[in-house]
Amino acid sequence: MDVTRRKLLAVGGGSTAAAAFLAACGDDSGTTTATMDSMGSGGASETAEFGKGDIGILNYALTLEYLETAFYADVVKSGLFKGAELETIRKFGREEAEHVQALTAAVKQLGGKPAAEPKAKFPLESAKSVLELAGTVENLGAAAYLGQAANIKSPEVLASALAIHSVEGRHAAVLNTLLGEPITPDGAFAKPADVKTVLKSVEPFLVG
Amino acid sequence: MKEQLKTPELAAVEVDVDGGDFSRSEVILKGALAAGAIYGSAMVSPFVRKALAMSESGDVGILNFALTLEYLEAKFYEEAKTRAKPSGELKKLVDLIASDEQQHVEALAATVKKLGGKPVMSPKFNFEYNDTAGFLKLAQTFEDTGVSAYNGAGPMIKSKEVLAAAGGIVQVEARHAAAIRLQNKEEPAPAAFDSPLSEKQVLKAVEPFIV
Repeated sequence: MDVTRRKLLAVGGGSTAAAAFLAACGDDSGTTTATMDSMGSGGASETAEFGKGDIGILNYALTLEYLETAFYADVVKSGLFKGAELETIRKFGREEAEHVQALTAAVKQLGGKPAAEPKAKFPLESAKSVLELAGTVENLGAAAYLGQAANIKSPEVLASALAIHSVEGRHAAVLNTLLGEPITPDGAFAKPADVKTVLKSVEPFLVG
Repeated sequence: MKEQLKTPELAAVEVDVDGGDFSRSEVILKGALAAGAIYGSAMVSPFVRKALAMSESGDVGILNFALTLEYLEAKFYEEAKTRAKPSGELKKLVDLIASDEQQHVEALAATVKKLGGKPVMSPKFNFEYNDTAGFLKLAQTFEDTGVSAYNGAGPMIKSKEVLAAAGGIVQVEARHAAAIRLQNKEEPAPAAFDSPLSEKQVLKAVEPFIV
């Protein structure tokens, strides 16, 4: 990719504002460059275990959406919530299920095989611990989409991923509000999460 | 890498407008169908047209467009600190959002300069509201519009650094939108997908507030 432009952006000047603006792509930009270059020639990428190129990214997102959907379904069944909070959880669960459907369809349209639903088990001990877990999951989900946006090649897939990404951001803000935590924990610029970090975070909930 | 995007969009538009040129690119058609799967097939054509509407401005153009929106939001919240008479939790929220929007303004202006462009000047704004409720109603419009504006512009951005950074901003706008909606007792995430808006649609939405 355009190394000169990156250098210009990263090194030139010294304005903290620009630095903050571009911080989102800081740490793993080297890896991302490799990913972009190799994706073009059909090689390995950060999401290669889920498929090639955009299909891999979509299947990665699909796996996370499956987990979110299963989580909210289990929370609804747990009986830990009532009233307005239960309605919010149901609504978010329905939206995650719509994401699952849309991503599955998109993988198929691209000629790929949708990732299988992972088996998962979530700790549902108290309303407070569940809300905390929901907050973690939603903030992580939003960061996961943000981490992949620049890797997506197809403008249609990118448009779709962006349309989902901001909804995950909305969910995260609501849960942070319920938890009494800042709605924008990263400040004015949300930070991305790479695949490794995200998968490591969800691993404890995967069964078998 | 995003240079590749231009052709697919144009090809998709031709498929869309001419209605029959399928031989041109089956791959592109598949892409459009994928978007259709997500937005509903009725949404494909408007989306592709929206995409084209943004495609001529380049990254500096897109950043300057975003900068104008952030000027509007920054001014709106700065003014609201006194004018909207927020108290308690709302006061904290207004202070937080005002600070975030001001940081977006500074970051976007600095990035336009780094790309060799000239940051646009802030227009003069006039916000009509008389009380806290009126302020919150406008705030919801601005935040939701901001999210859709960034989502519409995203696929047009060529530099992936700029795209990643714009993504970091739009997520914050979405978080603001949800928090403001909670204040209004509205659904914080009303739909499973935040649909994109074209530059034209966004300008139309904010025009009444530019003097």
